[in-house]
Amino acid sequence: MIERPDSPGAPPESDFGAQEKIWENASAKGKHRKGAGSGAGDRTISDLPLKTIYGPQDVEMDLARDLSWPSLYPYTRGIHPNMYRDRLWTMRQFAGFGNAKQTNERYHFLLSHGQHGLSVAFDMPTLMGFDSDAPQARGEVGKCGVAIDSLADMDTLFDGIDMGDITTSMTINGPACIALALYVAAAEKKGVPRAKLGGTVQADILKEYIAQKEWIFPPRPHMRLIVDMIRFCRDEMPRWNTISISGYHIREAGSTAAQELAFTLADGFAYVEACVAAGMEVDSFAPRLSFFFNSHIDFFEEICKFRAARRIWARHMRDRYGAKDPRSLQMRFHTQTAGCSATAQQPENNIVRVAYEAMAAVLGGTQSLHTNSMDEVLALPSEKAAEIALRTQQVLAYETNVTNVVDPLGGSYFIEALTDELERQAEDYFKRIEEYGGVIEAIEAGFFQREIADASYRYQRSLETKDRILVGVNAFEKPEERQDIELLRIGVEMEREQARSVAEVRGNRDQAAAQAALERLKIACADPHDNVMPHLIDCVNAYLTEGEIVEAMAGVYGRYTEKVAF
Amino acid sequence: MARPLRIVVAKAGLDGHDRGAKVIARALRDAGMEVIYTGLFQAPEQIVQTAIQEDADGIGLSILSGAHMTLFPLIVEQLKAQNAQDIVFFGGGTIPPEDAEELKRIGVREIFTPGAPLADIISFVQRECGDRRELVG
Repeated sequence: MIERPDSPGAPPESDFGAQEKIWENASAKGKHRKGAGSGAGDRTISDLPLKTIYGPQDVEMDLARDLSWPSLYPYTRGIHPNMYRDRLWTMRQFAGFGNAKQTNERYHFLLSHGQHGLSVAFDMPTLMGFDSDAPQARGEVGKCGVAIDSLADMDTLFDGIDMGDITTSMTINGPACIALALYVAAAEKKGVPRAKLGGTVQADILKEYIAQKEWIFPPRPHMRLIVDMIRFCRDEMPRWNTISISGYHIREAGSTAAQELAFTLADGFAYVEACVAAGMEVDSFAPRLSFFFNSHIDFFEEICKFRAARRIWARHMRDRYGAKDPRSLQMRFHTQTAGCSATAQQPENNIVRVAYEAMAAVLGGTQSLHTNSMDEVLALPSEKAAEIALRTQQVLAYETNVTNVVDPLGGSYFIEALTDELERQAEDYFKRIEEYGGVIEAIEAGFFQREIADASYRYQRSLETKDRILVGVNAFEKPEERQDIELLRIGVEMEREQARSVAEVRGNRDQAAAQAALERLKIACADPHDNVMPHLIDCVNAYLTEGEIVEAMAGVYGRYTEKVAF
Repeated sequence: MARPLRIVVAKAGLDGHDRGAKVIARALRDAGMEVIYTGLFQAPEQIVQTAIQEDADGIGLSILSGAHMTLFPLIVEQLKAQNAQDIVFFGGGTIPPEDAEELKRIGVREIFTPGAPLADIISFVQRECGDRRELVG
């Protein structure tokens, strides 16, 4: 033991600044790792530089302005006073495949295993506005999700499920307004009034042009449809979340965390501006806007992204758009673990990745969560893989105790510094988008698409050079690996059967009524003062198919084509 | 000096996942090849037409929607129908190993799955398309 002199003047070891110098010297003598994976040893997965350690000098925080308390502006620490102590997040597993009957069986399975809400995955033809018997649909029917062509399918999808009791999230964008019309019509056929329906339709078309590429019409008419939908829900479906503004797909397309954050929030502001421009008062619709983020593998960066997202949304909604209702300022969001972080090699490793990503989402204060199945990089999830994914959330919720304290990482020098940095980067992006004249103009100029492609190529290169390591992919590979996990397959018979069934629906309806409904819809589409939603509900009730409705609307609006670049 | 290898990178059907296709397109271009990226939602007929018109040495098709067992064979058929089987046809995406084997059996030269090193893809294309170039001239 070194004897410590009592006074005067503290010894260097007990002075914080002196300690820092001692540490700096020790740190400078450290030998950094070399070899595989070390090239990214001082950066996040998004290439944000990191210091070895963070201290008070790294955080310029005004406690009331920047941190505050849970449920208080600017909501950095969460939107509810006690967060998960009062209510766990909703475990909402995205599911859908084959036809409506098969998916309905999976929903009954998930609900009976403790899942709280449903989340519909549609197949590619449904997402792109084609019926199952369209030539464009060949090979795609029922593959990425469930095929829904008409009210007959939507009816089967919710067979035996109380639509007034559960909440449903529908991941569909181009034809979102048609999916919502189908959901309303199916519920009302079962005697559940639209005002009782709870759930979300994704309906975020801007991120389609930016990243996911499931568009139908050009951006401006699509924006009008979204405004119509938001107005309709405000007036008739008070429990419905009108839009789920999504960063998930932006991240999957290869963006960085800061790009995901900035582009998603910029899209959110664009919807707010469109609704305000259409004469809606901001607090009349903003409380029902919600968000959807990716949870990627860089643990702390993701947590900070979620915290920054809440703070940015609150600040802009209050200061730029004059929102006063606290619910307009509170960002509620769903999270899904990163599909793009999963590997086809050694797929069981994905279970571990998903668990870390899920924990980041919870430490970031998510309201609901989807955990990916380990086999999704190979095919649709098998029942076993889907069950493990749900169990991962249950272990997190009931065993780890991370739910007991709100925003447990808040106040960490590192977490606060990185949250600030992500907010700063998002603000820089907002300025650049502004310079283009707005989100739609930036899309038309290819700005987002270029930024994302550059980031995704940089990341891929870092794997090539082994600056970054993906376990089982560019290190720790198992040669001669064979997959022995069971995969879910959708047969070709399913496609033929679905094509037959949609043709039958077209043949069996009252043709005059269907034609009349379609004509009224076309007139409404051309009239900016009308709202298309009631006309769409009439159309689906007349058993017009999705493909027919889209075709009629495309006659008015045209179809979007992208300028190709890589 | 011989002109560089020319490759068509294609997306077919309704699959909008273009991250992989764009990364491959850039990687091949950075490796000195001429790359034509078709953009999204192309019909198999159009893809083969493009390859013939551009005098391409290879077609790389990317599919992540599960429609690979329909769309790959349609392109193989089109290559036969248009007498263009010398064009090296390869692809990638979320394709289970049994399906990859079946596709190789019907004439797809190689299938790359997520995580395949770019260096492997580049050297495959240089080798196979280079051989094709020597044969065709």
